[in-house]
Amino acid sequence: MPRITEYRRPAAGTQPDYLFPRYASTVKRAPTQPLVLLPHTQTELTGPVFGYGEVKRSDHDLTKQHAGDPIGERIIVSGRVLDENGRPVPNTLVEIWQANSAGRYPHRIDQHDAPTDPNFTGAGRCLTDKRGNYRFVTIRPGAYPWRNHYNAWRPAHIHFSLFGQAMVQRLVTQMYFPGDPLLAEDPMFNCVPDERARQRLISTLDWETTIPEIALGYRFDVVLRGPEETPMENRKGDKR
Amino acid sequence: MSLHATTSQTVGPYLHIGLTWLSIEKLALAGVPGERISIEGRILDGDGEPVNDALVEIWQADSRGIYGGKRFRGFGRSATDGDGRFRFQTIKPGRVPGTDGKMQAPHIGVIVFMRGQLKHLVSRVYFPGEPANANDPVLALVPAKRRGTLIAKKRGKAGALEWNVILQGKDETVFFDS
Ligand SMILES: [Fe+3]
Repeated sequence: MPRITEYRRPAAGTQPDYLFPRYASTVKRAPTQPLVLLPHTQTELTGPVFGYGEVKRSDHDLTKQHAGDPIGERIIVSGRVLDENGRPVPNTLVEIWQANSAGRYPHRIDQHDAPTDPNFTGAGRCLTDKRGNYRFVTIRPGAYPWRNHYNAWRPAHIHFSLFGQAMVQRLVTQMYFPGDPLLAEDPMFNCVPDERARQRLISTLDWETTIPEIALGYRFDVVLRGPEETPMENRKGDKR
Repeated sequence: MSLHATTSQTVGPYLHIGLTWLSIEKLALAGVPGERISIEGRILDGDGEPVNDALVEIWQADSRGIYGGKRFRGFGRSATDGDGRFRFQTIKPGRVPGTDGKMQAPHIGVIVFMRGQLKHLVSRVYFPGEPANANDPVLALVPAKRRGTLIAKKRGKAGALEWNVILQGKDETVFFDS
């Protein structure tokens, strides 16, 4: 393995700033002092490992957590977790959460006037396999209103949390659905100027993982930060 | 192959649904060697209001300075309560090397997630009265007058520490660009 000096810093326009006034809650929660550039020491280059002692193998199926079937369009959400060098990130914890098909979360502060579903809690997790693959079975979440601005609606989305192999790879993001007209108006989706970075947050309809008569498949690959590669690449003995 | 890391997005207000299944406020089980400590603190926003919908994760070495040991994983996760308070019971970590091989002062890595942040915050907790703080390579990068925000304060009982996350203003906590 090449010796890791640092993980890569983000390309311009691909990661949000803390202060983004179109998303009103950032105004009182964004740091105002300059951040201090942190060198990557062992603290940053290591991270926790999780296993099937904590994660149940059935935790990937959000449609089987209660007595009955949840209401909504059953979908398969799957993809790969890679680093910026294209290497798979194996055995890493992926946690997801989402609204039900009516756009409602079973959460004490969700006041949206839409039904809860006794058969859908909206949380799942799994570990990636050796090749970095993950897979969830769930239902397509609904759009929901929020109070950011007048007539604000979040496009349908699934929240994703990933660890990777080092604390500098920690990532929380959201997956969106192709062709959603609400994306154009959403401050969160539009938090970065790089158009390609935004497009990468949108899953693609995937016939390969679609199960006939059962569920449509959506594919969402996630890229975590990768180590800077030294100019001395492909030395003998480097395992690639 | 060169890819770009996926854009970070906020955890939003409903993070508990997906993340608090794994709540780890007691990191060190009985028998794990090390000096027992507790770290408790509050997260306050720019108006001084408690942030009651945040999640704090910590990552630390064991008492020998080893990350990810068999008996002590060193990962904690605590959601803030209505008062903006998070809490951990753990052990004081040993020293780990910095980038140049020089030892760092004992510290705990911290990540904070909340609604209103499109990406998480990164900070560190250091220990009060620790002589090694004076030569710590990361503390040295922090303007002297702000270093204190990274050093926990002693509370009443032995081993009880307080460390607050002040998001904005005069006593704003130092956050890192990691
Ligand atoms: Fe949401």
